[in-house]
Amino acid sequence: MSDKIYAGTRKGLMTLQKGQEGWSVSQVDFLGHNVSMLLEDPRDGWLYACLNLGHFGTKLHRSSDGGQNWEECSVPVYPEGAVIGGGPFVEEGMPKTMPASLKEIWALVPGGADQPEWLWAGTIPGGLFLSKDRGTNWELIEPLWNREERMEWFGGGKDEPGIHSICVDPRDSQHVTIGVSCGGVWETRDTGASWELLGEGLRADFMPPNLANNKNSQDAHLLVQCLSDPDKMWIQHHNGIFYSTDGAKTWTEIENVEPSAFGFAVCVYPEDGNKAWFVPGVKDECRVPVDAQLVVTRTSDGGKTFESLRNGLPQEHCYDIVFRHGMDIDQTGNQLVFGSSTGGVWISEDGGENWVSITNTLPQIYCVQIAK
Amino acid sequence: MDGNCLREALENVFEKNPKLRGYVLDDQQRLRHHVVIFIDDQVIQDRVKQTDSLQADSEVYIMQALSGG
Repeated sequence: MSDKIYAGTRKGLMTLQKGQEGWSVSQVDFLGHNVSMLLEDPRDGWLYACLNLGHFGTKLHRSSDGGQNWEECSVPVYPEGAVIGGGPFVEEGMPKTMPASLKEIWALVPGGADQPEWLWAGTIPGGLFLSKDRGTNWELIEPLWNREERMEWFGGGKDEPGIHSICVDPRDSQHVTIGVSCGGVWETRDTGASWELLGEGLRADFMPPNLANNKNSQDAHLLVQCLSDPDKMWIQHHNGIFYSTDGAKTWTEIENVEPSAFGFAVCVYPEDGNKAWFVPGVKDECRVPVDAQLVVTRTSDGGKTFESLRNGLPQEHCYDIVFRHGMDIDQTGNQLVFGSSTGGVWISEDGGENWVSITNTLPQIYCVQIAK
Repeated sequence: MDGNCLREALENVFEKNPKLRGYVLDDQQRLRHHVVIFIDDQVIQDRVKQTDSLQADSEVYIMQALSGG
């Protein structure tokens, strides 16, 4: 198991290290800045931090030595004249499109094992970008950008639509599946040259009933893929939990999940796609733990049953929510960590049975990653 | 909802439930930023004055758009 965790927070990149006296914050980088996404690339150990500077926009930094030294590299840039659709919020007389300008890097994922130095980035608004040189240069995946359905995407969680999930198939690096809020689930089998909109069975309660199953309107909060059985995928969706066993083509809604099926984060067990973890909140309109008791839910049978895991988690007056990138699982599947909206970090080394609080005083946490 | 246009229909509803107004419209009587209205599965055009026309059998959905995290 790993003895190091990275947390991207509202006020910097925090490194948490396990020493002889337990876990503690060992390093703070980019103090004072939003770290919207981070990545430790398991292929070469390079570390990446995506920043949202209040005055100066979105930046990307990288480190080849585990964060001792950082250098700023390039960020994705939209082509001149690129626009996004106005979504359902355009007022009469206002333009139906808006200029596309980088707001945030919302997903940063390594390419396949056979694609060294490749990075995929999902952005707000709605762009998928590829770098083949560790972020020195970026190219927009135009075949997706040019799909007419993209102009119908709209913001979910943020005012503009964004790509938050990128799953590179471990069997075939050309096969990539992405999740868009709000724009559904899309798949390419040729490294982005062509795209298909998937998601049969997903359901959006935030649309009128006749439009609830429109694939292009779905709000997956996070899409994850089982490493050893990649056709098994999970979605923590705005309207619940969905499970696919055919590579995101069709989805089954998992109902009657106690205490709730609402949430943002999901992790899947690397060795068994039937096993997954979630951190529920009450519902869309009440984003706090049910009964103010923090729990992690776990299924081991593809969603037929769930356990509520709460040993070591606060069970009274707890109002922490875990954002979509706020939970991670290691390669063994036993070590799990999550960070919360109010700066708490908890770790389990037995698959979620027992949890230990590492800190409750960090800034708001956007993303966590267990170091490899 | 009774009315020839959306705003008229909304006013009829607000008359019966005055407190609802402030949840749907802002203080300038525009549709709230994170509220969306569909008429017969189409998003309305006029978020400022809600002048979109209604048919006698139109179905109107007032939805909370997605926001926050």
